[in-house]
Amino acid sequence: MKTVLKKHPLAIRWFHWVNFPILAIMIWSGILIYWAYAKYAISFGNLEIYHFFPRSFYTALNIPHRLAEGMSFHFAFMWLFFGNGLLYVLYTIFSGEWRYLLPNKHSFKEAWQVLLHDLHIRKYAPPQLKYNAAQRIAYTAIIVMGLGSIITGLAIYKSAEFGWCTWLCGGYASARLIHFILTIGYCLFFVIHIVQVVITGWNNFQAMVTGIEIVKPAKLPVQTEPILEPLPETPQPAIHEEA
Amino acid sequence: MKKPDFFKRTVTISNTTYTKRVVIAFVLFAVLVTGGVYAWQWLNSQPKDDLTLKPLRKTLEANEKIFKGALDSNSRVKEYPISAAVKNVKVNGLVGIQDTIDAAQWRLQIIRAAGDTLKVSLDDIKQLPKKEVIFDFKCIEGWNQVTHWAGVPVKTFLEHYHLQGFEQMQYAGLQTPNKKYFVGIDMKSFLLPQTILCYEMNGKPLPMKQGFPLRLIIPVKYGIKHLKCIGTMFFSNTKPRDYWAELGYDYYAGF
Repeated sequence: MKTVLKKHPLAIRWFHWVNFPILAIMIWSGILIYWAYAKYAISFGNLEIYHFFPRSFYTALNIPHRLAEGMSFHFAFMWLFFGNGLLYVLYTIFSGEWRYLLPNKHSFKEAWQVLLHDLHIRKYAPPQLKYNAAQRIAYTAIIVMGLGSIITGLAIYKSAEFGWCTWLCGGYASARLIHFILTIGYCLFFVIHIVQVVITGWNNFQAMVTGIEIVKPAKLPVQTEPILEPLPETPQPAIHEEA
Repeated sequence: MKKPDFFKRTVTISNTTYTKRVVIAFVLFAVLVTGGVYAWQWLNSQPKDDLTLKPLRKTLEANEKIFKGALDSNSRVKEYPISAAVKNVKVNGLVGIQDTIDAAQWRLQIIRAAGDTLKVSLDDIKQLPKKEVIFDFKCIEGWNQVTHWAGVPVKTFLEHYHLQGFEQMQYAGLQTPNKKYFVGIDMKSFLLPQTILCYEMNGKPLPMKQGFPLRLIIPVKYGIKHLKCIGTMFFSNTKPRDYWAELGYDYYAGF
């Protein structure tokens, strides 16, 4: 016999895995579009540290001269990206899953402790439910970023009909820059996410496919009250997911 | 608020049931991945319509229908003070632009019917009420510039020359005199109050490279639609040929 925790509902697994290729196509087609006016760089005064993007990057990914193609993909897959994201948000609201996802008033302090723990500076991580505080912040931030991509996207794509979006973004050029920065944000999120998944291991990863994870019942924390303060002396719960 | 009961989401199942569930989940996952790969390959193997994959071209056309509803006959884009307009206006496309045009000889030719062409001189156009438009010009490449233009609103022009009947048509078509550059514009956008037949930039006659003697300024569209050096104007219920749409871009190309 095995005791398993029903960790990820089917809907969340579905939205997660469907989003992955769609977001990848949005980023790829976005680069095809960005190439036509590729002016962003990180600079100190006149010293350019990094230009987005180097020629080798474009060559390797076969980016140049595909603006029209990029736009045709971007403005079709945007519907899937938006629809999948909207359904995910609605699902988390109506299923109650938002309780494990939204940061609470302790999350920002705890996220720091999680970071110190992950960096092997602190011995114990704060106790957690489904997700630790750093995850709550990251997984909520990524949804806010998605909303940001939609608003800045509309500000660029429909700057007349959605003039208020353009105004909200501080103008057309600013909307385009924020849209780009958010995309870089997704890429950074992806890198950290993959590193965390690899570190946390197979049992955690497979739960995103199967939904279930084996637990040792004796080690399940007894949860009577919402956890208020981190208890450094408490031994680690059996489940400790990072990603 | 309901207290979180996350750790109570446990079930005890037999080893066989557990294995079965894991195997089924991974098989379904593999099916989903394979389905995704096939869908992507299917999409990319579709025939092209003016260099754009047919399903994507259809989506662009659907997007036009969805978004155009928000435009009404009085829609305007934001206007700026003259001081905000740049002095060095970018020149980006020279397709169809000639080295010289004799303004005295030039006529705007409006095709009313086969064999019935109205010819209007630049001086006649300048007699009509002049409108200045200072707006954020946007190129499909991604750059934008606040620029200052002046000319006669298309709607005023059509009414003056008793061409209102054509406002019921679906599209207007424009061509350069040498027919090397051509655009098609949906009538709704063509008749908006800020759409002008433009003969001045920054208070001076248009430079050759900005489409002397007359160009289109249509603030609700990307620069590719602002045809420089208009030779011919006509009306149609089918899409007129469009230079960049034939090279894969969105026909509507509007905001």
